[in-house]
Amino acid sequence: MSFNARGIWAIYCFEMARFTRTIWQSLVTPVITTSLYFVVFGSAIGSRMSDVNGVPYAAFIVPGLIMMALFTESIFNGSFGIYFPKFTGTIYELLSAPISYGEAVLAYVGAAATKSVVLGLVILGTASLFVPIHILHPVLMLGFLILISVTFSLFGFILGIWADGFEQLNVVPMLVVTPMTFLGGAFYSIDMLPAGWRTVALFNPVVYLISGFRWAFFGASDVAVILSLSTTLVFFFACLTVVAWIFKTGYRLKN
Amino acid sequence: MSAIISISNLTKIYKSGLQALKPVSLDIKKGEIFALLGPNGAGKTTMISIVCGLVTPSGGTVTVDGHDILKDYRITRSKIGLVPQELTTASFETVLATVTFSRGLFGKPANPAHIEKVLRDLSLWDKRHSKITTLSGGMKRRVLIAKALAHEPEILFLDEPTAGVDVELRRDMWAMVRTLRAQGVTIILTTHYIDEAEEMADRIGVITKGELIVVEEKTALMQKLGKKELSLQLQEPMTVVPAGLSDWNVALKSDGHELLYTFDAHTEETGIPALLKRMSELGIGFKDLKTSQSSLEDIFVSLVHSDSQPGAQP
Repeated sequence: MSFNARGIWAIYCFEMARFTRTIWQSLVTPVITTSLYFVVFGSAIGSRMSDVNGVPYAAFIVPGLIMMALFTESIFNGSFGIYFPKFTGTIYELLSAPISYGEAVLAYVGAAATKSVVLGLVILGTASLFVPIHILHPVLMLGFLILISVTFSLFGFILGIWADGFEQLNVVPMLVVTPMTFLGGAFYSIDMLPAGWRTVALFNPVVYLISGFRWAFFGASDVAVILSLSTTLVFFFACLTVVAWIFKTGYRLKN
Repeated sequence: MSAIISISNLTKIYKSGLQALKPVSLDIKKGEIFALLGPNGAGKTTMISIVCGLVTPSGGTVTVDGHDILKDYRITRSKIGLVPQELTTASFETVLATVTFSRGLFGKPANPAHIEKVLRDLSLWDKRHSKITTLSGGMKRRVLIAKALAHEPEILFLDEPTAGVDVELRRDMWAMVRTLRAQGVTIILTTHYIDEAEEMADRIGVITKGELIVVEEKTALMQKLGKKELSLQLQEPMTVVPAGLSDWNVALKSDGHELLYTFDAHTEETGIPALLKRMSELGIGFKDLKTSQSSLEDIFVSLVHSDSQPGAQP
């Protein structure tokens, strides 16, 4: 046995089982939340807004809404999947199993990312009930969706290994990722900002992620799409490097 | 019999600086029940955790069936089942789901018949659709054992299997261990209940402060280190041991009503006939007599607490 495919599949199914068991929390809650955003920002306020880059405001915020849910959910799923066994002690089984670290990451992050992608598509479906959406580059849209889901799930996985308590698990998504998402142009184009703030916004990596995703929808973006893609990949490989280091040293997993 | 686990000069120093294991060497024979005895914090769990892959060794080597635990971890780990000390179970899964998961995690193809057998053997079959949170502590312990057996391991580690377990489950567990041994499974258990080791083990290792101070066949250990005592209830109490009995290791107990003679169980000559003869010559009468053998517990306590360490490691 040089590759434990059954082990990966077992973990993947185990994680997905939690997803379906908590379907209400996992899927319905974010959908309702997003719908509320949509009602407030899309219909109530959006009707008074002018088009952004020729896109009606209600449609314009759809990619931002998806991204926002994607970030939070990926981090949550990625971190919870590994933190919970650590917290309850059931991680002993994973550590004693004939499975490599890489395989474990593949299983946990794969499951977390799968959930996020499903969630993203469900939100997209929900949004299309409110406003007609035409996706200019569907394949690239899906590519961004998957890549960002995987990257943030990986980031969540790191967070889950690092975290000592549930507070830490919440702090990063609440205090870092959510503000960055709000300031990252989920609801506006950074072109709308005054020149000074626009420069500041360009230091926010989330701007690039949202902009790239939005480009896949409408063909218009705040920053060049290649820059968006590069930023996503840099973040992805950074997370991958940290995970590799964690496993090499056994950081917070093994004594 | 050949060694299925071979531990050689294994050491572990935790980041805190605590030396949990001084160089420890030990061979576990295929098919035996080996009991690792020791007080809390002696290094029992550390040793098991290293063999199973939960803790990284600081030095030394461990091979399982000839394979290095670090280099060939896939091979060694698939041969081992571990029942941890703590009752750590994923709470919201059903019994059947969690046991099936364990088999998959260890890379084995699905085998519902085997899972059913394991669950039936552990009296868990009726509870297979129950969520683990709803089970009692004893039942959770059984679930942990079922998980460890799901992938048909050749070696089973039981870390304090009967800590906090009721008498019935304890008996069941002992019976289960014997059945597994009959199937050829090698079993290593840690315990600080001496009677458990006495009841089950073929060989016993005593570990204290990270050092394995004794490894011995159970019967040999008890014979080698066990003392026998002859207690004589005297007809007339005495204040001092008569000079005529000074050749024997005797002492007065119970305010001079009892004469206690301690002797080595494994010597050919117990000295009892000569002692009784001398007593009759001296006119010391007794009403009753009994002999008793020190338990493993006494041996253990004397081993762990003595500064000199009797019974060198083979």
